[in-house]
Amino acid sequence: MARVIVDVMLKPEILDAQGQAIARALPRLGFSGVSAVRQGKRFEVELEGPADEAALSDVRKMAETLLANTVIEDFTVTVEA
Amino acid sequence: MSAARVGVVTFPGTLDDQDAARAVRHAGGEAVPLWHADRDLKGVDAVFLPGGFSYGDYLRCGAISRFAPLMEELIPAARAGLPVLGTCNGFQILCEAHLLPGALMRNAGLHYICRDQGIRVESTATPWTSDFTEGREIVLPIKHGEGRYVADEATLAALEANGQVVFRYVGGNPNGSLNDIAGVRNEAGNVVGLMPHPEHAVEDLTGAPSTDGRGFFTSILKKLVNA
Repeated sequence: MARVIVDVMLKPEILDAQGQAIARALPRLGFSGVSAVRQGKRFEVELEGPADEAALSDVRKMAETLLANTVIEDFTVTVEA
Repeated sequence: MSAARVGVVTFPGTLDDQDAARAVRHAGGEAVPLWHADRDLKGVDAVFLPGGFSYGDYLRCGAISRFAPLMEELIPAARAGLPVLGTCNGFQILCEAHLLPGALMRNAGLHYICRDQGIRVESTATPWTSDFTEGREIVLPIKHGEGRYVADEATLAALEANGQVVFRYVGGNPNGSLNDIAGVRNEAGNVVGLMPHPEHAVEDLTGAPSTDGRGFFTSILKKLVNA
């Protein structure tokens, strides 16, 4: 059993309207010193077996096919320790 | 002569399939219901992907629908030249399926927008817009929360250079779409997607802002009859 984390973020050049709205809300809540917020998605993928290279390659394929839209998003795959 | 057959796809969460089917019949065509779980296009001559919230818009709008069994038939057929029109959620599905370039994102103002919108027809070189004249301004309803069209710079430049921008917003950009883009087509021209709703604007009786939507349906039916 292993848990693999897929983080999906908008590409840097894509306007993140939601992240901007969050950033604008922070000063109103008393949080200062934040210059920007970007919002993304985190997927926790539970594997039946170990997170070996074959399994990770499958997860990367999942990310590319479904979890992320690579037209607008980048993703990273990490194994949770 | 039998009427041209236009398939109208229903996914779980589709809303506009009945209006789309009615618009097809209004223009003199036969509307053929297509079910997302069937691997069967029923031999239709064209396909309309209507709006709504297919699969609850989970993950991303259109991201799940794009893998529906019906889409496994539709995607190769569209690549082979079958005329396909996607409106609103249908446009999002076509982008997720990579049948159209770019993607649709949350409106820049973050609000869901429901209003009558001016749109300029930029290209009549598609089976869905041939009955319009280039540059004509029409009014159609829009109703969406995720209609901001984005694409990388190179894609955007190619779309403009190839005349693949089919519709542009006029009188104000409602959602922050790049280059005021309301709709695009693929390179071949048979696949068209737009956020506005022609199927809601075919009859005066329904309180639509216009009957400008009729042109989409008369275009495709003429094309199919003359094919």
